[in-house]
Amino acid sequence: MLEVAELRAGYGAIEVLRGISISVGAGEIVAVLGANGVGKTTLNNTISGIIRPRGGTIRFDGADFTGLKPTRIVDAGLIHVPEGRKIFPNLAVRENLLLGGYRRGRGNRARNLERVFALFPRLRERERQAAGSLSGGEQQMLAIGRGLMAEPRLLILDEPSLGLSPLLVEEMFALIRLLCAEGTPVLLVEQNVVQSLAVAARAYVIEKGVVALAGPADELARNEALKAAYLGL
Amino acid sequence: MLEVRRLTKSFGGLKAVRDVDLDVAQGRIIGLVGPNGAGKTTCFAMIAGFLRADAGSVRFEGTEITGAPPHRTAERGMVRTFQITQPFAGLSVVRNVMVGAYLRHAARAEAEAHARAVATRLGLERYLDRPADSLTVAMRKRLELARALATGPKLLLLDEVMAGLNPAEIQEVVGLVKGIRDQGVTILMIEHVMQAVMALAETVYVLNQGAIIARGTPREIATDPAVVEAYLGHGAAQRMANA
Repeated sequence: MLEVAELRAGYGAIEVLRGISISVGAGEIVAVLGANGVGKTTLNNTISGIIRPRGGTIRFDGADFTGLKPTRIVDAGLIHVPEGRKIFPNLAVRENLLLGGYRRGRGNRARNLERVFALFPRLRERERQAAGSLSGGEQQMLAIGRGLMAEPRLLILDEPSLGLSPLLVEEMFALIRLLCAEGTPVLLVEQNVVQSLAVAARAYVIEKGVVALAGPADELARNEALKAAYLGL
Repeated sequence: MLEVRRLTKSFGGLKAVRDVDLDVAQGRIIGLVGPNGAGKTTCFAMIAGFLRADAGSVRFEGTEITGAPPHRTAERGMVRTFQITQPFAGLSVVRNVMVGAYLRHAARAEAEAHARAVATRLGLERYLDRPADSLTVAMRKRLELARALATGPKLLLLDEVMAGLNPAEIQEVVGLVKGIRDQGVTILMIEHVMQAVMALAETVYVLNQGAIIARGTPREIATDPAVVEAYLGHGAAQRMANA
């Protein structure tokens, strides 16, 4: 569904992505792992058009998406929930959600809003509250809810478990499974290596801007090199 | 060293913190955990003087400091870090740490030497002269720690220093925090990463909906049904029990 080939991107003189190839198939959860600073967020930003690629190709649903504007990419249903939530703090929870469906899913706004509130009852309770007054966990729910308002055909989640309590982390991974089971494939970038490998079908490990390791998640979970590098075992 | 009694804070109609009692003895590492939105960071903000409490008291080394502004609290030897790191982006790592170092080293050269020593101790030696905004999340967390440590605290309040780190990076920071404690700095830390809480904290307080609902060793709280229900979930509780 999403096919990224030999992707290159960077900032100024620094090349961050040096030819990355990954893919996400329909109905799949795919995890992207790697230490801080290897380019995972740059990869997400390049796929969603925030950063212009310097080389390589991005195909979504068979069409060439390389170098498209973020608006066109959102229109096609490739939806990115950014790291650090990036909610609008001075707008109400409801307004944040409605903005998620500004370009896409507008016709089904009421239904989509209901779906998000059903998934995250806390957001319904705080519907009229300023988003900036929410706790960290609630803001994360809001960021994902906002992404769902656009009826994603593929969802990119950048560190969704960041700053969440253990119970919420567990619920977050259960939610990712649920979204995928309901038909939305997920590209999951996470630091929570163990739980990511438990929900993902496949995973890529990125090092120095290239894919260092790739394969079925259960195989990678047993990989000694991965354990040494990322789990400190 | 730190005695918090009946600390209370409301925002509008919401009681964010209710009658919180908390004790930190010198030389210890104490954990403060609880669900997102339970009031942990609000507690920190009141203890360190960033936020005025509605009621209750904070005593540090026997002196009442309730309501004292953060710079006075820092002078007395208590500083906090922030969950979302906000370094002076255009300044180098050393300059950022110097901001903390100036508290006890008025001369520029002395402050810089102290800042370099502290940052190096925290594994930032390769980045000393780079702008702070070029650091990765993991190194920013260390910078946040270095800025606080450079003020020469007796008590350090850490707000989620492990968030955003992968398991191997967490292990490294666990080592750094142990090192800081071994050099005589007492630590109170808010943390969701149970791998770190298990490795570091001797006593853990659990805050839920603004009130302390449990207190004990990491193992004890892992088997407390109220804590499992409100905070840990069964998966994490299981992993802690088996650790």
